[in-house]
Amino acid sequence: MAQLTYREAVAAGIAQEMERDETVAFIGEDVARAGGVFKATVGLFDKFGPKRVIDTPISEQAILGAAMGAAMTGMRPIAEIMFSDFLAVCWDFVANEMSKSRYMSDGQLKCPLVVRTGNGGGSRFGAQHSQSIENWAMAIPGIKVVAPSTPADVKGLLAASIRDEDPVIFFEHKSLYAIKGEVPEGEHVDTLGTAKVVRPGKDATIVALALMVPRAIQAADKLMTDHGIDVEVVDIRTLVPLDMKTISSSVAKTGRLFTVEENPRLCGWGAEIVSIVVDELFWDLDGPAVRITTPHIPLPAADNLEDITIPSVDRIYSKILDVLR
Amino acid sequence: MMSIKNYVNNLSDEDLKRIYKKMLMIRKCEEHLGEATKNGAFPGAVHLYIGQEAIAVPLCDQLNDSDWISSTHRGHGHFIAKGGDVKKMMAEIYGKSTGICGGKGGSMHVADFKKGIIGANGVVAGGMGLAVGAALASKMDGNGAVSIIFFGDGAANQGVLMEAMNICSLWNLPMIFMCENNQYSEFTHTSEVTSGKIIDRAEPFGIPKYEVDGNNAVDVWQAAYQAVQRGRNDEGPSFIEAHTYRQRGHVEFEYTFLSRTYRDQNEVELWKTNEKDPILRLESYFIEHNKYSGDDIEKIQKEVQDEVDDAVKFAIESPEPDISSAMVHMIER
Ligand SMILES: Cc1ncc(C[n+]2csc(CCOP(=O)(O)OP(=O)(O)O)c2C)c(N)n1
Ligand SMILES: [Mg+2]
Repeated sequence: MAQLTYREAVAAGIAQEMERDETVAFIGEDVARAGGVFKATVGLFDKFGPKRVIDTPISEQAILGAAMGAAMTGMRPIAEIMFSDFLAVCWDFVANEMSKSRYMSDGQLKCPLVVRTGNGGGSRFGAQHSQSIENWAMAIPGIKVVAPSTPADVKGLLAASIRDEDPVIFFEHKSLYAIKGEVPEGEHVDTLGTAKVVRPGKDATIVALALMVPRAIQAADKLMTDHGIDVEVVDIRTLVPLDMKTISSSVAKTGRLFTVEENPRLCGWGAEIVSIVVDELFWDLDGPAVRITTPHIPLPAADNLEDITIPSVDRIYSKILDVLR
Repeated sequence: MMSIKNYVNNLSDEDLKRIYKKMLMIRKCEEHLGEATKNGAFPGAVHLYIGQEAIAVPLCDQLNDSDWISSTHRGHGHFIAKGGDVKKMMAEIYGKSTGICGGKGGSMHVADFKKGIIGANGVVAGGMGLAVGAALASKMDGNGAVSIIFFGDGAANQGVLMEAMNICSLWNLPMIFMCENNQYSEFTHTSEVTSGKIIDRAEPFGIPKYEVDGNNAVDVWQAAYQAVQRGRNDEGPSFIEAHTYRQRGHVEFEYTFLSRTYRDQNEVELWKTNEKDPILRLESYFIEHNKYSGDDIEKIQKEVQDEVDDAVKFAIESPEPDISSAMVHMIER
């Protein structure tokens, strides 16, 4: 096992796949010479050269269009959209093109393409640089949606995304880039569509994603220490495909479900999971399924305002305590 | 270097002094922000306008509150140039309740509607369409107001520029495309990501173009004068490309975002010299032509610094936004 940061795991995942498959190429703004504004792709340009690691103009539509066109015609491109907010600038390619080409062509075309993007808040960057938009992506049929919370998952799931035959939007959380963790040595490929129980427990289930996972674990630890409440935390890891098996068996065991979501409230991914659980596991529930989310607002810039909007350890802790009492 | 004096004919000494003072105001605000951010005095990151002051100020000097500007992530300079309230801008950047946006916008979103500032913008070229709309509204209103989009060399590579130029030309809108070419988009030199000359992009749309030394306040003023008059007289859009240089990082603390240097320190230093820096150039002109003495200039500098200090004090002493404000100005579900 090697200790890598979340950002180093991004570069490691891309490098692993570029080494084994020469159709893998990587494009984006400031990703090559500068190594990415989040320093997540440092070293790739030196290693693989300007033919495969390419700096682009600030032209998001052309970036996704080019990546998709290349994917349809035999490459396995990785495109970076620096902040997930800017996906809105080129959303046409997500919503109308890459997600539909395999289906509309009756399987003639495929689009093995990964769109990597920096997602989420916590940096005081204001309303256009802080959004959690994984739920937008989840709403479109035809794309896979991945959002890892640990360096090991970054590397393994990124490799799996690159090898996947469908377009994948890979959400990296900006506030996690600095965290460190063990990453398996040698080739590491994970499986899309698998959630993970990251903290076993018996009294309640928290389902969380990305930055909300470490916060959920901390809240669970505190609930155990302070009140002896034993909460299980499930890291969803990929929203599409969704591993309902892992979620359902946890909820069946604990009888309680909480989702912790960074996306704004309306149509957040938790709503989908709650609705599936209510539909399929209603009689296993011992109480209401509860969503803990960012309110339905753009993220404000001021310190105290951003802090109260994104679910915090304290908020997760007190909400769960309130409901279970 | 283009000598300033060749141009001064229709600018009075008073005009130049006013422009100089505004430029200095931007410089001193930004210098403060560059220092204060080191100690984490305010939330988030700031993109400073230092070195580009001779673009926004001489243009905005010719505008009224009823004219519109639409700006960028590097928007403090545009805000101040257009007459935005410096205290409230400072408080906004400090994330305070007295900020021009109540602390909810932050550095990249300073807007002062009463002053015709429809906002800085966090999305590169995001403000372009909005400026077209403002120009359209002015045209429909027939009030002679003009609309300005400030955008960088990097933003010139967004497709919306083509759409905007086409519409503005087609509909003869009172729009000024003000491209601030500071040679870099973030950490990449323009030449690596841009084909042809940016200014030439105006040509196929039949939009008159003015290429200027963006570090020469008078040069910019002259070009802006043509463009503003065209707009006011219903003669349609104009395109200005002002060559300049960003003396600071793309964003303060850029080396926390970077793994290696991307430009030569000598290059940066060159743009800070008397020959290149837009503020020092004006000062040299004043002194060489006996317009103002060194003492006069020091006096102006002190006045401006006092005003900036007041604004900073106001920002620091202002309260944080009330928590409840997070939910205000949003559609209720
Ligand atoms: C749509 C979009 N893409 C990328 C970014 C990230 N970004 C912010 S500023 C910038 C460079 C802008 O360069 P330029 O337009 O030349 O303006 P300058 O920073 O030089 O003033 C980039 C790529 C963004 N904010 N919005
Ligand atoms: Mg630039």
